[in-house]
Amino acid sequence: MISADLNIILPEILLSVFAMAALVGAVYSGKDKLAPLLVWITSALFLALAFWIGTTGEGTQVAFNGMFVNDGFARFAKVVILVSAACVLLMSESYMQRRGLLRFEYPLLITLAVVGMMMMVSAGDLMALYMGLELQSLALYVVASLRRDSAKSTEAGLKYFVLGALSSGLLLYGASLTYGFAGTTLFSGIIQTATEGQMPVGLLIGLTMLIAGLAFKVSAVPFHMWTPDVYEGSPTPVTAFFATAPKVAAMALFARLMHDAFGEATRDWGQVIALLSVLSMFLGAIAAIGQRDIKRLMAYSSIAHMGYALMGLAAGTELGVQAMLIYMAIYVTMNVGTFAFILSMERDGQPVTDIQSLGMYSTKEPGKALAMLVLLFSLAGVPPLVGFFGKLYVLRAAYDAGLAWLAVAGVVASVIGAFYYLRIVYYMYFGQDREDALDGGKSPVLWGFLMVSAVIMVAGVVNLFGIEGVAQAAAATLVN
Amino acid sequence: MDNLLSIVTFLPALAALILGLFLRGDDAAAQRNAKWLALIATTATFVISLFILFQFDAGNTGFQMLEEREWLLGLNYRMGVDGISVLFVMLTTFMMPLVIAASWDVSHRVKEYMIAFLVLETLMLGVFMALDLVLFYLFFEAGLIPMFLIIGIWGGKDRIYASFKFFLYTFLGSVLMLVAMVAMYSDAGTTCIGGCDVSLLKHNFASESFSILGVQIVGGMQTMLFIAFFASFAVKMPMWPVHTWLPEAHVQAPTAGSVVLAAILLKMGGYGFLRFSLAMFPVGSDVMANFVFTLSVIAIIYTSLVALVQEDMKKLIAYSSVAHMGYVTMGIFAANQQGVDGAIFQMISHGFISGALFLCVGVIYDRMHTREIDAYGGLVNRMPAYALIFMLFTMANVGLPGTSGFVGEFLTLMGIFQVNTWVAAGAATGVILSAAYALWLYRRVVMGDLIKESLKTIKDMSLREKAIFAPLVVMTIWMGVYPAPILDRTGPAVEALVTKYDTALAAAGRTEADTQVAVAEH
Repeated sequence: MISADLNIILPEILLSVFAMAALVGAVYSGKDKLAPLLVWITSALFLALAFWIGTTGEGTQVAFNGMFVNDGFARFAKVVILVSAACVLLMSESYMQRRGLLRFEYPLLITLAVVGMMMMVSAGDLMALYMGLELQSLALYVVASLRRDSAKSTEAGLKYFVLGALSSGLLLYGASLTYGFAGTTLFSGIIQTATEGQMPVGLLIGLTMLIAGLAFKVSAVPFHMWTPDVYEGSPTPVTAFFATAPKVAAMALFARLMHDAFGEATRDWGQVIALLSVLSMFLGAIAAIGQRDIKRLMAYSSIAHMGYALMGLAAGTELGVQAMLIYMAIYVTMNVGTFAFILSMERDGQPVTDIQSLGMYSTKEPGKALAMLVLLFSLAGVPPLVGFFGKLYVLRAAYDAGLAWLAVAGVVASVIGAFYYLRIVYYMYFGQDREDALDGGKSPVLWGFLMVSAVIMVAGVVNLFGIEGVAQAAAATLVN
Repeated sequence: MDNLLSIVTFLPALAALILGLFLRGDDAAAQRNAKWLALIATTATFVISLFILFQFDAGNTGFQMLEEREWLLGLNYRMGVDGISVLFVMLTTFMMPLVIAASWDVSHRVKEYMIAFLVLETLMLGVFMALDLVLFYLFFEAGLIPMFLIIGIWGGKDRIYASFKFFLYTFLGSVLMLVAMVAMYSDAGTTCIGGCDVSLLKHNFASESFSILGVQIVGGMQTMLFIAFFASFAVKMPMWPVHTWLPEAHVQAPTAGSVVLAAILLKMGGYGFLRFSLAMFPVGSDVMANFVFTLSVIAIIYTSLVALVQEDMKKLIAYSSVAHMGYVTMGIFAANQQGVDGAIFQMISHGFISGALFLCVGVIYDRMHTREIDAYGGLVNRMPAYALIFMLFTMANVGLPGTSGFVGEFLTLMGIFQVNTWVAAGAATGVILSAAYALWLYRRVVMGDLIKESLKTIKDMSLREKAIFAPLVVMTIWMGVYPAPILDRTGPAVEALVTKYDTALAAAGRTEADTQVAVAEH
């Protein structure tokens, strides 16, 4: 029995063991000298696991009496998480190396965070949920303050930690109320009690608290305050990581909790999430307009994008979950490319994040500027780029679920949001030449990620690389 | 050739790809290669598109030359043309080689310039051929990207403001249409526009009135959908009062950009009204018709008056475009044979005339680098050929019989007269006003004595410039003298559209008498 259980969580065990062993090994041998090697090994391991999880495993397997669920939905999320984490690790190697930030703990902390995320998306119990969430968060708090001699970076880590602890408190409180009223922490047990229209008040409050806690993790308004500061203060590769894998994990966990534990009461939480969604879309779009720092701008951009993903979730249908998964996969791909560009923005070896420094970048580096242009229009959701299809899916899901008002609000917010993406295009293409222009940034790895991501945005119009069917199958296992 | 439409659509994009991947450097030779490749590609597209015209069977009112392939989301890649769209396709392929030829003097980032225009051509052609809702939206919206760059990179002094205004204005209009499209998909269960078993054109959208927040919506869902589409197409068209982006964009865009904008991009709005609003939401169109008429008449009279006082030539022609598009919307929503035929004719003819007028401005702008009307005067003394050509297109713009401008205006006025005589009377005053501003412009620029020192050495048109104008001159006069070839091709499709419209109205119980009562109640 136990061996069958262990078999199911083998990927997670492998990663944990790897993290421990590498930690011990590195401490007693070369320490930071091993860091580049560890980055490559970790990324390779992530990719191998992603391939393994993606190609094997059928149906729904449950381990530890329902604590851990390995179904199509979890596998989809895990593949996205692992691949994006591997991409970000590979992108960060040379950047951190040159700035003396590449410590051997960095890839290992990322590994631990990834284990936490894999736990999150497979959680079938409030305890497992919390364990995964905390493992992820604790690793991320440390990574945020990796540049420990910089006030901004430590501030970012501290802020993230304090506000994260607050949200964990909310979540725990919600979990305890849920336990109190449902009599169990298992999702499959909670769903028996949580039926539409007849939920005990305590359970409703518990549900709201749980949503609040998770909304913090996906940085949905009004629980978004930490995002811009943490994004700005953290080293850029870490920001890139924050913007990708943890968002997917938190969003998947959100969907898992809502559908597995509260799936009989979609209307009760649907309206709360719809509200979070509309607030996120508008705040993300409006607050980004005044930003000059591209990392802060991307923070608001990610808030807005989470709003759209939540729109799919708010629908409370299978189509909605499918739309959310597709949206997140597209979002991650766009962000990997965008951050590859941001990482390559430097002058005399120093990173630059002011968007005005991009003045007439297109004459200096036409290829990179064009790729960034494609990504920006894709982020704005302009067809025929892939970002548009993500929006189309969530709009359709929301409309079909009777949330036409949310769909209209969403498209209006996307027009407001288009302005700040266009502004970057404006600096790159229409602006003035600057004395203190950026260097070319000659990292082949970053260049490769940027280009591949841009090509995906254009070529995806043909069939979205078949992700539609995969996401549909994944959503079907979650929503019955 | 089974894939004729796709070949025509994607040939320019293919050329753009070749330009982008294989053409290196920015020296004179590379620039020349880029220009020639673009010219050859657009000309080849035009030549191939002639086969579409030859194969087109005007008697068949359905969609022809269908292509279908599976795509994502249960959507299909579906292309086809009918009597309404085929001429717009031809207009596009016809204008593009001229546009490229007119850009021969561009010297700033030539490669990117040509790529932008080639991509734009693909997207514009796609709009007119797409037979899938989402595919249509894709082409319709994607055109914003190259146009944004064209205005922003190669535009005039205030190009930044103009490009942002252009992009955001039109983007806001279209996203509402996107929501409406999602609603239509949800309602009809298909995104096929036409040419398949279950299609949106055959689907009857609900027209029972309902109320939202206490407001009674006559025509129900059809009216809501109509309004959403109207938001998009009215901006694109552009109709008063959402036309303000157009003069800015025109003034700031390079000459070729203005030509494309006036000749083709504006027609997407009219095409959209015909393809979607009128054909799919007949009841909604009927409910909103008086509103559209009112806006059209205001557009015709008000923007003509505004055009009178302009000091910038491009702005004047831009306002004149808005006025002429007023005839088009009026004709479309008159919803009878003459009105709709006239609207299509007017759009095609306006494509040639306004394109030519912007080229005329471009000719002297290239020499003097100003568009101020006051900076000119007496050009006829040094530029007789120019004066002649400018004269012809000024007259065509006014709607002189014998030019294509007359046919379109006359037919739309005839169409609207049968529906609402007051609107017809109001619109007819626009004919007088257009004569006033167009002739006055001509007098100030071309007539009189050549007294300005700077103009004393101005040269007449070169052979290249004359060659660009020649096809436009031929088309304008030919369409004016013998409009039958155009009307023969649109006629059957328009007849089918109008019949369907009338049947739908009768089925919904909205006959002529009801409309009259509704008007009286207002």
